[in-house]
Amino acid sequence: MKKWFEPFATAWVGVVTHKLRSFLTILGIVIGVAAVIALMSIGRGAQTEILSRIESMGSDLITISPGASTFGGVRGATGGVRTLTQEDAAAISEQVAHIDMVSPIYSTSLQVVVGGENMNSQVTGVPPGYPDIQDLEIAYGAFFSDSEYQRGTKVVVLGSNVKETLFGDTDPIGQQIRMGTNIVRVIGVLESKDGFMGSSPDDAILIPLTAMQQMVAQPRTSQGDRIVSSIVLTVSDEEQTENVVDEIASLLRDRHRLGPNVDDDFRIISIQEISETISEATGTMTLLLGAIAAISLLVGGIGVMNIMLVSVLERTREIGIRKALGAREHDIWIQFLMEAAFLTFAGGIIGVIVGWVVSYFVSSTGIITTIVSPDIVILAVSVSVGIGLFFGFYPAWNASRLNPIEALRFE
Amino acid sequence: MIQLQEITKVYPMGKRELKVLSGISLHIKQGELVAIMGPSGSGKSTMLNLIGCLDKPTGGDYYLEGREVSRLSSGELAMVRGRKIGFVFQTFNLLPRLSALANVELGMRYAGGGDGKRAMEALTKVGLADRAKHRPTELSGGEQQRVAIARALVKNPPLILADEPTGNLDSHSGEEIISILTSLHAEQGITLLMITHDANIAHHCQRIIHLKDGQLEAEEKV
Repeated sequence: MKKWFEPFATAWVGVVTHKLRSFLTILGIVIGVAAVIALMSIGRGAQTEILSRIESMGSDLITISPGASTFGGVRGATGGVRTLTQEDAAAISEQVAHIDMVSPIYSTSLQVVVGGENMNSQVTGVPPGYPDIQDLEIAYGAFFSDSEYQRGTKVVVLGSNVKETLFGDTDPIGQQIRMGTNIVRVIGVLESKDGFMGSSPDDAILIPLTAMQQMVAQPRTSQGDRIVSSIVLTVSDEEQTENVVDEIASLLRDRHRLGPNVDDDFRIISIQEISETISEATGTMTLLLGAIAAISLLVGGIGVMNIMLVSVLERTREIGIRKALGAREHDIWIQFLMEAAFLTFAGGIIGVIVGWVVSYFVSSTGIITTIVSPDIVILAVSVSVGIGLFFGFYPAWNASRLNPIEALRFE
Repeated sequence: MIQLQEITKVYPMGKRELKVLSGISLHIKQGELVAIMGPSGSGKSTMLNLIGCLDKPTGGDYYLEGREVSRLSSGELAMVRGRKIGFVFQTFNLLPRLSALANVELGMRYAGGGDGKRAMEALTKVGLADRAKHRPTELSGGEQQRVAIARALVKNPPLILADEPTGNLDSHSGEEIISILTSLHAEQGITLLMITHDANIAHHCQRIIHLKDGQLEAEEKV
């Protein structure tokens, strides 16, 4: 009953009777584990932050943009041709399952004038369901209604940056803007929102697509279809995102009459896919950080071996005494192995605490929110115990092999 | 109890060999109190180490309580040491960072275990109950040796081996140690082998064995 406990007790006594040495031994492990915990928590924090930013754009969002066309074997630049049409959007809406709203978008750069302020801005013609698709909130005013869309009423909703530039602090609702040769009325302002990959809704001016078509001559394909800049849509069942992407692709290939050996002339990007890719990339980065920190853990392990070898030498006489008292080789071996594992376990625990404190302080600077995940804590502690066992093995084996008579004579 | 038959021990010294014991035959009965004497280099300690199962003979047979032990594995020898043999060394060999009591408990650690009560009893027997919490460095030489004796006898071994137990002590403490050892022998019937240089001490024993150049030179009964 008491027997299994004996090696632990012996190891404990060995550790506490050499306090300074024990402390120096585990210092390397403490720093190693603390580094792993702190760096991994920063990595995880960054990953979570980036992903939540992407998903705030709507994880069910799919964007179709025109791609390159291939002419006589020469591949043109991406977006170099206008291949998507409003008719494509209608076909997708009718024929593809598991989608909510399909919204063709036509955007072009127009000169916008209010009083003395004059700027060139990207004006985007969209359908009324657009805020839902892009997860946009109206800060004040309203988005245009279905009936305004049907009639092609010339009303606009401004991104927060555009509002700031054109109106400053004055209330823009009901104000008039000259846009090219047309006068439009402001009916709403969007809530500011983080953009992704350069396109922020803060810089947008949104107008009903129908109104847009009256104001500027929308280009048409040779078949007479109305060309759009892109098509956005939402998936009703996120599980089906991949299927939806495939279906749209085959539908568009059909409609664009692309032969089997011809590349797509469009690109379909789902936020889900992007977030998976980025999640993978940041996961790799986090692992890399962890690996760098793990090197310091390895160095700490070598330190443990170093000190344990010294400890065995210094305690040669003790080993001799224990052997004279009847200790077998494996008794000695287990004693020293236990001591090493015990030290590194303690080092691991202290390291977790230190790492936790460091990541807490990093969080409190506000630069990045760190996340200490329990799996990393468990991993770090068990790895440090493993290091103790691994690097304690050789010194312990050395100790167990000592000849008792020579060990007793050792000065 | 102990039967040595033509025991030899040879140590390799580089290319040459050093013959420390050259054919020792010896019989020691249970409950005997035996002194081993001889000049240094005569092989006393080597013989005691062989009897104590700390080492194996190069040749010959060694029967301990009727069992041939000279060809056991090192693990089996350790078991024999743990259960059968108590050692008392000239240099005490206590663990300096442990208390007297913990040192005595260590004597049971590899002999099947035992509780602190037994260790305390052993300390009481050598008259050190009141110093149980002291570390070896806080004890006199005589007291340290008494702790070592308590450590040797705490597991109730049939055989106690003492290698110059009084060699590092003044004559007064030496006498005390000898009287403890002889009374243990008298009261508990423990077989006791003791190396000594001191003829007075040797004459407390029942038999004196003289070794010279690795051979049995003479034997006298007291």
